[in-house]
Amino acid sequence: MSPAEENVVRTSARNGWLLSLPALVLLAVAAVGPLLIVAIYSFLTPGTHGNVVWDFSTEGWSQILWSKDIFTDSYVWADAHLTILWRSIKLSLMTTIITFVVGFPTAWFIATRPPKARALWLFLITIPFWTNILIRTYAINEMIRQEGLINVILLKIGVISEPLHIIYTDVAIFIGMTYVYLPLMVLPLFAAIDRFDMRMLEAGYDLYASRWQILRRIILPIVKPGIIAGSILVFVPSLGAYVTPRILGGGKQMMIGNLIDMQFGQGKNWPLGAALSLTLLVIVTVALLYYVKVANGEKKNG
Amino acid sequence: MSVGADTAISVQNVVKAFGQGAAAVRALDDVSVDIRQGEFFTLLGPSGCGKTTLLRLIAGFEMPTEGVILLDGADITNLPPNKRPVNTVFQSYALFPHLTVAQNVAFGLQMLGRPTAQVKARTDEMLALVKLDAFADRKVSQLSGGQQQRVALARALAPAPKVLLLDEPLSALDLKLRQAMQIELKRLQLETGITFVFVTHDQEEALTMSDRIAVMSNGKIQQVGTAKEIYTRPKNRFVANFIGETNFLTGESQDGALKLASGESIAVPGLKAGGTATVIVRPEQLRLGAEQEGVLKAKVRTLVYFGTDTHCHLALSDGTEIVARLQSPASGDAGLAEGQAVGIRFAEGALQAVEE
Amino acid sequence: MAKSSFSVSSLPGFASIAIFAFVVLYLPILTLVVYSFNSEVTMGLWGEFSLDWYAKAWANERVKDATLNSLIIASCAAVISTAVATMAALGTTRRRHFKGQTFIYVMINQPLMVPEIVTAVSLLILFGMIKQATGIQGLGYLILAHSAFCIPFAYLPIRARLEGMDLTLETAAADLYASPWETFRRVTLPLMMPGIIAGAMLAFVVSLDDVVITEFVKSAGQDTLPTYMLGQLRRQLTPEINAISAGLLLITVLMLTAFFLLTRKND
Repeated sequence: MSPAEENVVRTSARNGWLLSLPALVLLAVAAVGPLLIVAIYSFLTPGTHGNVVWDFSTEGWSQILWSKDIFTDSYVWADAHLTILWRSIKLSLMTTIITFVVGFPTAWFIATRPPKARALWLFLITIPFWTNILIRTYAINEMIRQEGLINVILLKIGVISEPLHIIYTDVAIFIGMTYVYLPLMVLPLFAAIDRFDMRMLEAGYDLYASRWQILRRIILPIVKPGIIAGSILVFVPSLGAYVTPRILGGGKQMMIGNLIDMQFGQGKNWPLGAALSLTLLVIVTVALLYYVKVANGEKKNG
Repeated sequence: MSVGADTAISVQNVVKAFGQGAAAVRALDDVSVDIRQGEFFTLLGPSGCGKTTLLRLIAGFEMPTEGVILLDGADITNLPPNKRPVNTVFQSYALFPHLTVAQNVAFGLQMLGRPTAQVKARTDEMLALVKLDAFADRKVSQLSGGQQQRVALARALAPAPKVLLLDEPLSALDLKLRQAMQIELKRLQLETGITFVFVTHDQEEALTMSDRIAVMSNGKIQQVGTAKEIYTRPKNRFVANFIGETNFLTGESQDGALKLASGESIAVPGLKAGGTATVIVRPEQLRLGAEQEGVLKAKVRTLVYFGTDTHCHLALSDGTEIVARLQSPASGDAGLAEGQAVGIRFAEGALQAVEE
Repeated sequence: MAKSSFSVSSLPGFASIAIFAFVVLYLPILTLVVYSFNSEVTMGLWGEFSLDWYAKAWANERVKDATLNSLIIASCAAVISTAVATMAALGTTRRRHFKGQTFIYVMINQPLMVPEIVTAVSLLILFGMIKQATGIQGLGYLILAHSAFCIPFAYLPIRARLEGMDLTLETAAADLYASPWETFRRVTLPLMMPGIIAGAMLAFVVSLDDVVITEFVKSAGQDTLPTYMLGQLRRQLTPEINAISAGLLLITVLMLTAFFLLTRKND
């Protein structure tokens, strides 16, 4: 390269950095940097009135799984934590599966509308997506609570004589999360199906495939990246959910997010809260890295 | 670095490499060419030959890896595009979609800081020149392809550049419009007297419009000359093959004659002595007659009727296939039959020795 | 004679499930909006159409404060995040790949990848330290936090717009004697404007809707509409909340409609 050419390349890279700098500084201060402090806090000792004492300790991490018996000094499984972890994973997986079962036909339906109608249906799915999560959770709350619309109607038409106890149960959280995260499943599925060449279906039928075989042997394998994207997009926020389990679980049925919250509130165990936060972050990051790997692999293949 | 007084652009030993190290591709490989003041100069070649890269170097959108570019004798090699009195008509037109036709044409003049009244007058003048006066306040998206093309021309001509660069400007137009624009471009060039550097892969376009043509391939200029020179005196096999239809005859050079594998020998003026040689002859320069009258014997393989002329595919005694283009007689019947033995004669000066 | 045509793309039951999904998605939200006009307090009873709950919400000082806080924070966060995201988008698109570009992408998209609750507690710790050390209170912390997590939302539409833009337009401007600054001001900026506005609107909506991070970062008396609602949900439920929800919903729908109109046509 001539010196002038090299200069152009160098200037371009320097400008790229300079222009990105304000955003990077802002993110370093208020997004990435604080995570490092969380890492440090997870190795400190809890203060009596919340916050921390600057003494090194690994208790924050060990307390995730074990609790120390104050009388015998022996370690026992932290059943409450394990229950909450298990509930978080179970509810997140169930949410992912049900949103897929409902979301796939929905995405397929939208993608097979004529272009003008398709834009409208797509818009209809994005409105709930962008609607405040609190409003959506509250709306579900109004449906399923003791005096909610479902109970009112069912009682009135005489299907039940006692109101259904849904609110403040795992089922309530599951219904809420399915409702809240359904658009997150539909949108990537739609993107994948929209790229799908419908002539392949004609080819499939031409080669004697049944509808079921068409779905299983042609459609699902081809839209697999969209399925993975949708599943990750639903699983990740489900696992870290805070608002939905807080409102619909009523403080009794907690998920990881609420457990973390509790350590910074009445639990007064900030190191444990910090360690739990990092655990959650690691699980989420692993899921996302898996997604990136699959997405890149698909990109290379076609 | 010295150049003649009538040289507008002088490209000297220019190399342009993309990428680095072993992966580097030489888009231009030691290219030198002088473009004269006021001429219609065409860079002709297949895609990937480096013609557009050369144009972009002259415009200042890219910088050469090696070499210099002079404009009116001054070094402009590393001058940014906004400091060069050179304007470009882009292949995609690159009209500003957020501006009107008149605002597009006025853009360059405004950037040069010309007084408003002058900008207005010049814009009107340019729009009149390309016959778009009635469209001044339209958005460019409301224009047809041909009209957009003329806005692009007016916009590039408005600042009265020393050189106008045109990057395959007609490729997006349909055949009829393209032919009309060819005439229009030639008219504009004559009226403005500006040096045009025109890039195309279309040989017919190049032959009909240009004062001189540079034929390019593989990052090198193969030959520079007028349309006639390039067609009648191609320097090498690539140029002969790329421009028009050609028959190639190869054999041994012996005593100023080409000796074919069949043993037949034909006299070729200017043939270099000794070794293997290649000679070309254009299909319309072949004359067919009785077998014994010709300098070469051949058999008619197939006859293809094209209306104005008939293409006669022939096989020489050594198996080489060549084509003769014969003017169709009034009856349409060339008087030949497939399988017939014929003798070939060549028109005066029709045989040209070329480099491989 | 019945004429039945075979549609290759239709799969049995799919349309029914889709319609069911849309009904389920909209029914709770619409019910909420409808009941915000109910003069009665309980769900079981429909009194008459009334705007009482809107009037009550409007008269509530705490709702007014929360609305004001929400608007101040969302406006500031939208302006700041859009400004830095615009610069970053210009820095990371349409130039030769440079060392560290991937790092910049990861940084910018980081807020999308980290669970909100994790960001929330990390900011709680950091801002707690700063508040203790300096004694400075105020909305600044919330604005800073919101500006940061809104960056990817502002960045993505701007970047998409820039990548869809024809680079030769700027080349043409330079060819017509425009300096780099003039090229930016007269060609690049006007053409990327729809992307910038779309990015700012998304940032505004995202900031306006945030619950978790705000809940952890806010000091006493710094409620936004969502955190005020969250607090109310723990107490008695009155249709006042429905009215506030309906109001927020209206803003979201308006913003989204404008966003779609802006990004739909790529001229």
